[in-house]
Amino acid sequence: MVRLIAALALCLAGAASAGPSRVVSINLCTDQLAMLVAGPGQLVSVSWLAADPALSLMAEEAGQIGVNHGGAEEIYLMRPDLVLAGPYAAHATVEMLTRLGVQVRTIPAANTIADIRRNITLMGDALGREARAEEILSAFDADLAALPEGRPLLATTYAANGLANGRDTLSAEAMRRAGLFLLADRIGHSGGKMALEELVMAGPELVVTGSRYATPSRAEAVLDHPALSALQAERLSVADRGWICGLPALTGTIRSLVR
Amino acid sequence: MRLLAALGALCAGLFVAALMIGPAQIGIAESFRGLLAGDGAAGLVMREIRLPRAVLAALIGGCLGLSGAAMQGYLRNPLAEPGLIGVSAAAALGAVIAIQTGFAAAFALALPLSALAAALLAVLLILFMAGPGGGSLALILAGVAVSAFAGALTSLVLNLSPNPFAASEFVFWMMGSLADRSWLHVVIAAPVMAVGAAMMWGIGRGLDALTLGEDAAASIGIGLPGLRLRIVLGVAAMVGAATSVAGAIGFVGLVVPHLLRGRVGGRPGALLPAAALGGAAMVLAADIAVRLVLPGRDLKLGVVMALIGAPVFLHLIWQQRRGG
Repeated sequence: MVRLIAALALCLAGAASAGPSRVVSINLCTDQLAMLVAGPGQLVSVSWLAADPALSLMAEEAGQIGVNHGGAEEIYLMRPDLVLAGPYAAHATVEMLTRLGVQVRTIPAANTIADIRRNITLMGDALGREARAEEILSAFDADLAALPEGRPLLATTYAANGLANGRDTLSAEAMRRAGLFLLADRIGHSGGKMALEELVMAGPELVVTGSRYATPSRAEAVLDHPALSALQAERLSVADRGWICGLPALTGTIRSLVR
Repeated sequence: MRLLAALGALCAGLFVAALMIGPAQIGIAESFRGLLAGDGAAGLVMREIRLPRAVLAALIGGCLGLSGAAMQGYLRNPLAEPGLIGVSAAAALGAVIAIQTGFAAAFALALPLSALAAALLAVLLILFMAGPGGGSLALILAGVAVSAFAGALTSLVLNLSPNPFAASEFVFWMMGSLADRSWLHVVIAAPVMAVGAAMMWGIGRGLDALTLGEDAAASIGIGLPGLRLRIVLGVAAMVGAATSVAGAIGFVGLVVPHLLRGRVGGRPGALLPAAALGGAAMVLAADIAVRLVLPGRDLKLGVVMALIGAPVFLHLIWQQRRGG
């Protein structure tokens, strides 16, 4: 009860001023959304993943802001007045920060374009930057409206360990939005591993693969299988960072998927 | 001879079954048409996915069965098996180092040859530790040490890899799997396997003579150093090549000779071809089992082999204890 009142008081204090002034983000997706929405100097640290160009669209900005590794002690010593976390944040970390009196705000994952719009609004609200969020939102809507219509090829992603995207994922949403017809929708694949045999038999017209690491791994070896190259399907490579997170930049990824 | 024909027929039957079974439901008639004509999606699945996998299962099983029979014959100890005494684990380490350092991409046979080199070191170490008599205790203890050491180094190398997928691949290297293997893997492993198997050609007479003791064998004109060299190199080549493409598959070389020894009258020479065919049948059967039990989940071959192999192993130890 005391904790609830304290949290409420913190919320009210936040609302009364122009928004939190020392914000730390500990999730790749909240990192990037916060970098878009935050005012100058408002964001003091983002997660180290945001500085990895393989995963982040804003690696350079993240490097300039400074990175954290998501540990409670490290975060607490930054004296933040708001911590932004994703839905999969380490439970113990969030719990401890809350106990120490740090306000933690969890932004849910985005699996659809509607989710992205919602998260932009949530972020504007959390940072006290509603006007900036509105701006981003209208630009996003304009980009979405300007997307060209693509041909309805039967398509799927295929990644390391034979993972193919399921129906309720952001990549599925992006591919549908690009006019593609999703293999997962046709055969009822809910995500996870799809045997190479099944992929071949399903006869996709477009196979979208992701980023590869420089050193080999057996997990990725399936992407070099001769049966995959022999498939009568167009191959397209989309960098993982393009759709790991629900960001307005997803429109660029969708555009690259349009056939 | 009748035993070999029966084992050959069993292998052929399991080979066809391995081609017919897979996560994609393809009818038997369509499977055969795909295999023979090779066109369309079914042709691609049969020729490029299932056929190389079945060929590799048969080759690897044959190599492991033959290696087990040869080592057991030479050391006159039914517990000598490449998996148990750490040769497979060392081969896996050699393969992992070759892959992670990029040496595996240097030339076509770099991967199996690296695994061969590591396996060779392990065989030599084991033979040195076990001594000429091949005492069980020294053999198994040395095997435990080599396995643990090679396993730990494999884990270390994988953990140091900048590729995050590699770190989780320890299970594959220690348990073995044929999932998504292709002709590329058959092409690099088969030549090294063939050289290893060729070295085993004609060692049967020497192994038979060895059952009388080393002095007796030497007195009837068996060149023991030559025999030892051929077994060491042959086992290293076969286990190295098999492990470099499919990971360490344990217990094949233990179970198969154990099951067949009685059928060949206990003669280690006659056991060699029988164990090769029996090993092929066993790995083919295990690879069918992993696809039937948990299709699409890539259950590891080592899991199935350990379920069969561990009880046999315990039984053998029990027998040795009672026999003194």
